[in-house]
Amino acid sequence: MADLKTTFLGIESPNPFWLASAPPTDKAYNVNRAFEAGWGGVVWKTLGEDGPPIVNVNGPRYSALHSNERRVIGFNNIELITDRPLQTNLDEIRQVKRDWPDRAMVVSVMLPMNEKAWADNLPRIEDTGADAFELNFGCPHGMSERGMGAAVGQVPEYIQMATEWAKKAASIPVIVKLTPNVANILPPAKAALDGGADAVSLINTINSIMGVNYDTLTMYPTTDGMGTHGGYCGEAVKPIALNMVAEIARSQATRGLPISGIGGVTDWRDAVDFLALGASNVQVCTAAMVYGFKIVDDLVDGLSTFLDEKGLTLDQLVGKAVPSVTDWQYLNLNYEEKAVIDQDLCIKCGRCHVVCEDTSHQAITHTVDGERRFEVIDEECVGCNLCVSVCPVDSCITMKQTSDDSDPKLNWTAHPNNPMRNTD
Amino acid sequence: MTVESGQPDVRAKRLSKDEIEANFADLHPPLSRSEALIEADRCYFCYDAPCTTACPTGIDIPSFIQKIRSDNIRGSARTILRENIMGGMCARVCPTEVLCEEACVRNSHAEKPVEIGLLQRYATDPIIDARTQLFPRAEASGKRVAVVGGGPAGLSCAHRLAVLGHEVVIFNRDEKPGGLNEYGIAAYKTVDDFAQIEVDYILRVGGIEVRHSCALGEDVQLPELIDEFDAVFLGIGLGQSNDLGIEGEDKDGVINAIDYIAELRQADDKSRMPIGRTVVVIGGGMTAIDIAVQSRHLGARQVHMVYRRGPEKMSASVFEQALAQTSGVTIHHRAPPKRIIGDDHVIGVEFETDDGKFVLYADMVFKAIGQQMEGIGDIEMENGRIVVDDGHRTSLTRVWAGGDCVVGGDDLTVSAVQHGKLAAIDIDQQLRGAKSG
Repeated sequence: MADLKTTFLGIESPNPFWLASAPPTDKAYNVNRAFEAGWGGVVWKTLGEDGPPIVNVNGPRYSALHSNERRVIGFNNIELITDRPLQTNLDEIRQVKRDWPDRAMVVSVMLPMNEKAWADNLPRIEDTGADAFELNFGCPHGMSERGMGAAVGQVPEYIQMATEWAKKAASIPVIVKLTPNVANILPPAKAALDGGADAVSLINTINSIMGVNYDTLTMYPTTDGMGTHGGYCGEAVKPIALNMVAEIARSQATRGLPISGIGGVTDWRDAVDFLALGASNVQVCTAAMVYGFKIVDDLVDGLSTFLDEKGLTLDQLVGKAVPSVTDWQYLNLNYEEKAVIDQDLCIKCGRCHVVCEDTSHQAITHTVDGERRFEVIDEECVGCNLCVSVCPVDSCITMKQTSDDSDPKLNWTAHPNNPMRNTD
Repeated sequence: MTVESGQPDVRAKRLSKDEIEANFADLHPPLSRSEALIEADRCYFCYDAPCTTACPTGIDIPSFIQKIRSDNIRGSARTILRENIMGGMCARVCPTEVLCEEACVRNSHAEKPVEIGLLQRYATDPIIDARTQLFPRAEASGKRVAVVGGGPAGLSCAHRLAVLGHEVVIFNRDEKPGGLNEYGIAAYKTVDDFAQIEVDYILRVGGIEVRHSCALGEDVQLPELIDEFDAVFLGIGLGQSNDLGIEGEDKDGVINAIDYIAELRQADDKSRMPIGRTVVVIGGGMTAIDIAVQSRHLGARQVHMVYRRGPEKMSASVFEQALAQTSGVTIHHRAPPKRIIGDDHVIGVEFETDDGKFVLYADMVFKAIGQQMEGIGDIEMENGRIVVDDGHRTSLTRVWAGGDCVVGGDDLTVSAVQHGKLAAIDIDQQLRGAKSG
């Protein structure tokens, strides 16, 4: 079995699967159970300043987007940072780190935008023996209304400023957790780097409203009849997270900045996505909240088996797919594919036909010689992959290259239809 | 042993009342909401769906399943009942394994088809239970139509005519409406008096009067109906059971299967139905299967179903044959009956095969080899059934027909419903002068 031992910012953990800062890492009881189950590390649920404890709502904090078989596809929360006294958390962090010295213990922090708060609090937290800080510039609900969380993460200048304060106050590594509630992830990532961050982690949750209660016609869920947007996470957000991770991994300004990938990791394949697109480890929350800590079994076992089959080490997998990510303008416009339907596998449901007919290029037959038969009309097919996407049978429709590899490559930057083309 | 003692062993209460009740419980219990949602998710929402093509009433099956997925049960029921007002009964009794579910594309790679029948029941049960009317009646046309027969064809025709704004009088031969839904279908396929619930639902559309115990040719005559009404629809089913035409057919214990099935359906306490220790059923259709299976359920120790031709000729579906076999019925093929043996009461049946003769001992013999109809006036018939055109018009002016009594009738509730519907549409067009007659 491939060794999954990971070193991230010099912090060792037996595998690259950390529990993200969230309810599962709120206290020693949960974290001990997580480590017993085999998790490589945790990011302790966000600590705030000492003072009157945080107050949470007593109505629903969570809600879910379900499939018909009630599988949780997306998840939403309005819980705030830890609502336990700072000292209680610190005592527990110290004890757990002592009991589990081989696991990563990162502590998430959220502090007001004044340097004194960072200078006062970080050394006290670091004294627990924690391995690193993660700065929570991401939570989009509640705390952001008080000028913290995403309110900081949406302003690159604030990110840089707070990161600098943190770096000055801390002697252990500082990870900056980014919010996805921005138009472009690169300026916040660059600001973290410029502020001296040792790494970034992303994504935090996405602003979201889950829906409407069809009986009361109020938003759902509500507390005493009123609701507020929450943070969205779970499987549904993974593609958004992957894009942001890849952007940071491939962009000249941020390339090389270590990334801890977060967003919908549910099984080991999701982890492969994040790692290959540039993350050095992954953090998980929703899957654990939906299934319990035991899912780490499949994460570890699946990733290890996959690496064995590929003959890769974990380090070799990290960033492997990054070179394949580019801008649209660099895609080869001389390359052509067309769909091919395997008639032996085709069950004749006609979905490919109707979607192509109604919404695409009218390139799939319905009837051939009086028989119900679905064939691609090559002259009409633009290779869009819609039929492949909707076909219910795995591998029944595939894309086949029809252009010649020896054809010259031509992208938009040099395309004759581009008035701004590069004429060099 | 029966044969040694020479005494026929026919008696009631072979099984306890509890055992009998369990045996006659719902063949396919209904789906729960979560089961229905998961099953609905299995539907691929095919284009030009083969299941819809296979449905004799042309229900838009992918659409009604899509509506189940979105919790739009009323819309789902409307999609079903718009094409088939007996969608509730058909969900229970249709041989889906040779209709919609056989056509399901999921069969292509030896997968299970979508449980269309059970989903249809899931969508229609709450609407029918609550008697929710989904089809408002059109403005009154002032036309009156006589519907002869209170079975699936007649009720379907009457309902559609009522929705289209006409007044209908149903002349029903039996005491209760429903026809074979009430008197013919095996009890375990329609429990809890569903046939009457469905009839009540259908009649609540309004504009339909039912006259019971009113048989054509006895209590009412066709020429009178033609005179009195603007149109007449005949949905009279088939009459007498066919005879075997062999020696000994008149002995005690030789019974028409449809008569026994009707009595069983009407029995409040099924454990009081006398049944033989050993039963022989002659026939290869649905009725033969129904009586064979129900004989077992009543406690018959041995049940033989004997068909004169090979299994490929049986009109009972493969599913029905398997149901009989898993219920403990022994099926014999290619064995025409030669004579019934016994003194006053039957003690056995002799069959003649290519390999010679054999005898099956029997305390009861059920005949299930089809029914036939007597001619009605000078209406054109073919092979004992009424000839109709695409609009279900007979050779008589202003007389339509459908269901088992017409050429092309196939003993299925769903086909009878379709006939009634098509006839109603044609009658409506004719009455409104949209179409020349």
